[in-house]
Amino acid sequence: MSSSTAPPKIRLREIRKAFASKVVLDGVDLAIEEGESLVIIGGSGTGKSVLLKHIIGLMKPDRGTVTVDGTDLSTLGYREITGFRRRFGMAFQEGALFDSMTVAQNIAFPLERARRFDRSAVRKRVDECLGLVRLDGAEEKMPSELSGGMRRRVGFARAIALKPAILLFDEPTSGLDPVMTALLDEVILDLQRTLESTTVTITHDMTSAFRIADRIAMLHRGKIIAIGTPKELKADTDPRLLQFLEGRAEGPLSE
Amino acid sequence: MATLIRLAESFFTEMGRFAMMLWRVLMWTPRPPYDWRQLFQQMQRVGVQSIPVVALTALFTGMVMALQSYRVLVRFSAEGYVGSLVGVSMVRELACVLGALMVAGRCGSAMGAELGTMRVTEQIDALEVLATDPIHYLVVPRVWATALMLPLLIAMADAVGIYGGYVVAVLMMGANPVTYASNSFQFMELNDLTSGLIKAAVFGLLIAVIGCQKGFYTRGGAAGVGRSTTQAVVLGSIAVLIADFFLTKVLF
Repeated sequence: MSSSTAPPKIRLREIRKAFASKVVLDGVDLAIEEGESLVIIGGSGTGKSVLLKHIIGLMKPDRGTVTVDGTDLSTLGYREITGFRRRFGMAFQEGALFDSMTVAQNIAFPLERARRFDRSAVRKRVDECLGLVRLDGAEEKMPSELSGGMRRRVGFARAIALKPAILLFDEPTSGLDPVMTALLDEVILDLQRTLESTTVTITHDMTSAFRIADRIAMLHRGKIIAIGTPKELKADTDPRLLQFLEGRAEGPLSE
Repeated sequence: MATLIRLAESFFTEMGRFAMMLWRVLMWTPRPPYDWRQLFQQMQRVGVQSIPVVALTALFTGMVMALQSYRVLVRFSAEGYVGSLVGVSMVRELACVLGALMVAGRCGSAMGAELGTMRVTEQIDALEVLATDPIHYLVVPRVWATALMLPLLIAMADAVGIYGGYVVAVLMMGANPVTYASNSFQFMELNDLTSGLIKAAVFGLLIAVIGCQKGFYTRGGAAGVGRSTTQAVVLGSIAVLIADFFLTKVLF
């Protein structure tokens, strides 16, 4: 983690977002430091994915600003933001692989669109990325032939192909068995170490949250209600946080 | 009255959506990178793979046209003009409208379903994240492939339909092959042919823009994809029929 005097890599200020009359984000403030791994936890439907989509500019806030590397995303024109996104890599919930392409073509896609690499460089980078997610030899498979965990790992590989400075993971382990979850957590830690990227992960799996996080933030009713290192969070006495960490059905979250 | 207002409202909503999508397609078309591979792939899917369906439609339409017009024309001893009637009606109207309806069912629905599935599985979001505009990458090649291929398909359908009429007239009605053939083209003008092909190009544009628009803005999982697919076919077909009237009025 960088020193606290450096400006944060990503800064969210007073983000508010509503769909029709339903308020999903209600004044989210968040500073993410360069190189740290932040995990955002919270119940289903609390707007975690919506928050992630704001960071990468897929959604625009009704109010508030998102600043990345000192640039306010709302000041970027449509074409500028498309280029700006090359700083990000995002892994989607179910992988979101292009199902008309092979695994290798999926991972090569961002490289080919960037138009900076010749064919052999693309080939080499695809192999590297597949190695990083421990899927050597799966190049010619189609997404439909892969298991859920493999599909997500290919999604990771595609997200890191351009060595982005910021990595976003949208529920990377939800619905997977514990062994696969542990493996994916290791892959995420590996990627973070080798790329030295700033990582934001969304999850409601507490085990993996504690495994990969430098800091954990809890989102509830559109606000960040707790943030801190795993140690600090374990010492926190907010009843809503306690209920979530202990996984009880009864408590303030259920009201 | 309330239903009427709602009907008008949804009509103008659809018109607006169509115009927005068409505008975005036109804006993105001249911008590099030009994705020829996608364009050819779509031309293959829309054009080449639609040949059997469109040819079959045209063949039977031509055959039925010959049967029907023979029964009527024979009442005033004008059966010699069956060929002219079949030829002109195929080229001006039947081939392009029925062909376009088949393509709306075959390709408009496919576009609605494919883009809809890509939307609900976040593949369209993934494109955006990978610094690729999804309209540029997905919609532009589909729209131009359809607008280019439909006139070619219809030119083929014209020929097949006329041949169908010829087969029925000569084999079943005992018409003289030589007179029938010369009659077929006797009253046909170049304008008949070109107006049909121009209509086909416009229909292609309509079908693809509507199909892609429906797919692109799909919401709500598998049920949403189903809804988009249905709407792509229904609205695409209705658009073809309505546009046909106005184009015919303008072009003739």
